[in-house]
Amino acid sequence: MAEQKGFNIRRQTGFATLAVACFVLLYLPILLLVAYSFNSGSSIAIWEGFSWRWYQSAWENELVQEATVRSLVIAVWASLISTTVAVLAALATTRTRKFRGQGAVFAMINQPLMVPEIVTAVALLIFFAMIKVATGYSGLLYLVIAHSAFCIPFAYLPIRARLQGMDLSLEQAAADLYATPFQAFRRITLPQLWPGILAGAMLAFVISLDDVVITEFVKSAGQDTLPTYMLGQLRRVITPEINAISTVLIGISVTMVIGFTLLSKIRN
Amino acid sequence: MSTAISVRHLRKVYPGQPPVVALADASLEIKDNEFFTLLGPSGCGKTTLLRMIAGFEHPTSGALEMFGEDLLELPPYKRPVNTVFQSYALFPHLTVAENIGFGLEMLGKPKAEIRATVGEMMELVQMTAMADRQTGQISGGQQQRVALARALAPKPKVLLLDEPLSALDFKLRKEMQLELKRLQTETGITFIFVTHDQEEALTMSDRIAVMSAGSIRQIGGPRDIYDQPAERFVADFIGDTNFLPAELVSSAGPTATVRLASGKTTTARSHEGADMSGQVTLALRPEHTSLVSEAEGMLTGRLGNVVYFGTDTHYHVQLDDGTGFVIRKQNSPDAPADFESGARVGVTFGAGVAQVLRD
Repeated sequence: MAEQKGFNIRRQTGFATLAVACFVLLYLPILLLVAYSFNSGSSIAIWEGFSWRWYQSAWENELVQEATVRSLVIAVWASLISTTVAVLAALATTRTRKFRGQGAVFAMINQPLMVPEIVTAVALLIFFAMIKVATGYSGLLYLVIAHSAFCIPFAYLPIRARLQGMDLSLEQAAADLYATPFQAFRRITLPQLWPGILAGAMLAFVISLDDVVITEFVKSAGQDTLPTYMLGQLRRVITPEINAISTVLIGISVTMVIGFTLLSKIRN
Repeated sequence: MSTAISVRHLRKVYPGQPPVVALADASLEIKDNEFFTLLGPSGCGKTTLLRMIAGFEHPTSGALEMFGEDLLELPPYKRPVNTVFQSYALFPHLTVAENIGFGLEMLGKPKAEIRATVGEMMELVQMTAMADRQTGQISGGQQQRVALARALAPKPKVLLLDEPLSALDFKLRKEMQLELKRLQTETGITFIFVTHDQEEALTMSDRIAVMSAGSIRQIGGPRDIYDQPAERFVADFIGDTNFLPAELVSSAGPTATVRLASGKTTTARSHEGADMSGQVTLALRPEHTSLVSEAEGMLTGRLGNVVYFGTDTHYHVQLDDGTGFVIRKQNSPDAPADFESGARVGVTFGAGVAQVLRD
C-alpha cells in the first residue's frame, strides 16, 4: 500500500466531479449565450444557423448606440476620477506617519465593498432627488459622481498593494539626493506606480461599465446605460441582440481583466 | 582639522509600552576628512544615529551640527550629505548613468556638467562599460559600486554608509574594503561608516565608536580600541579576549599594579582617571600571551583542547581557579610540538600587556 502523504483534498471522493460541476455551471450558460448570439433565427433557445445578423442589428440600433456611448462616457469619467482619488488615498494611507483613525479611514474608503449595493442605490436616489429639486439639474453628472464613488475601492486596492510592495528606501534615496517630496514622487514613485494605477483604472472602468443596480436608481429618464437598456429589453421581447451585446461586453471585460493581470505581474 | 559633524546628547525614544530607547544620549565629534565607523551589534543604535544625520529620523532631544550649521532644521533633501544604503536603493527604472546623475540633476546642474561628473564617477568605480544598463541587469558588487558613485557624484561633504558591504560575498567584501578606503583618501570626503563587522571597522577606520544598547561605549583609533578596551563589552565585542579576575594593589596614572589569582603581581594598563579599587577584571588578548612550563607561569592550569587553525594554534587552558583561558600561537614550520593535551602548564604575559577594565 502506498504511504499516505498527508491530507490532499484532490484525492477526496467526489472532488473532481464537484469541481467539474462548478465549472460547467459557471461557464455553460455563458457559452450558450455566446453561441446564440450567432443564431440566424430570432429565438434565444432554438438554433437555426450561423449569422452576424444580431451584431449588425445591435450596431444599427440607435438606442443601443446611445446607451453604449453613455456607458463609455460614464465609465471613462468614473475611472479617471476614482483612480485619481484612489492614488491620493493610497498615498495618504501608506506614505504618511500612522495617524489616529487610519483603520476607520481604510474602512470608509472601502465602504462600497461592504454596504449592500441596493442600500447605496436607494440612499443616492434620495440624496440626488433632493439636489435635483434644489438645483433643477438632471444631467449625466449624477451618474458620473455615483459611479466614481463606488469605483474608488476597486481602483484603490491594486494601487495601495503596489505602493506597499515598493521599497521605501527608494524614496529616501531620492530625498537624500536632493529631490523635493514632489520631485521624488514624480521621478521615482510615479514611474513605478504606473502598473498599479493602470490596473486600478481598468478595474474601475469594468466595474462602472457593468453596473446595473445603482445606475437603475440614479438615472433620469432617457439615461439608459448599456446594462440598464438590456435589463429593460428583457422585460419585453428577448432577441439574440441581447446575446450579441452581452458577448461584446464579455469581450471587453475579459480583455480588461487579462490586461489587469498582466499589469499586476509587471515588476520594476 | 575642523569638526565635520558634531553630535551632542542625541536621544531617540520610540513611544510605546514600554517606550523603546533607540539612542540614549549620544555625543561625539567627527573630524573633517576622517573615516569614522559606528560599530556595534544590531539594535545598538548605530543605524538610528546615521539616519538622524541623513534626516530620515528626528531625535527626541539633542543637537546635531555639520560644520557649525544646525542640521536638525533641514529636511533630508536640503542636507549636504549623501547615503549609501544597505539595500543600495538603486532606482530600478533608470540606467546606471541616470542613477549616478540623479543627485546632480536634482541640484539643477547644467547637462554638460552632469555628463562630465557622471563619466568621472563611473571611471572612479570602474563602471564605465555599464553606463546604459538597467540596474537589474548588473551584479550585486556592481550595484554596490553604482550606489557608491551615485552618493559621491554630488560631492557631499559627508558620505554616510549603512552597512554597504553586508550583502557581498567574502572575497568581494575584502576588495571593497580596500576600495572604500582608497576612495575616501582620494576624495577627501568624510566617511561615516556603519557596521557590525569588527574586522571591517579595524581595517578601514581612522576612528571607531563602539556602541551598545543605544549608547557609545568607547571612541578611539583601531589600535586604542583593540589594545586598550575600556570595558568588558568592548573587549568582548572586538576580537577574542581572556578575562581574568584580579585585585588592584596600587595605581599611578596609566599603569596599575594588580595581584592575580595565583598571588603573583604584575603591572597592567589602566585608563587614566578611572575610579577603581579592590576587585577588577583584566582583559588579555590570546595572541599577547604564551604557554610555558608550569614553573615559569604567572598562572597555572591544565591544557585542554589544542585547535590547529593553519596560521596559528589555539591552546585552551583550564586555570586552577576554574577560569577558561585561550592562548594563540602563530605556527611556523620548524616549531616543535610542545605541549600535550592534559599536561600541567603555565601561562605568562609581559608586563603592561593586560588591560584593567572600567567595570
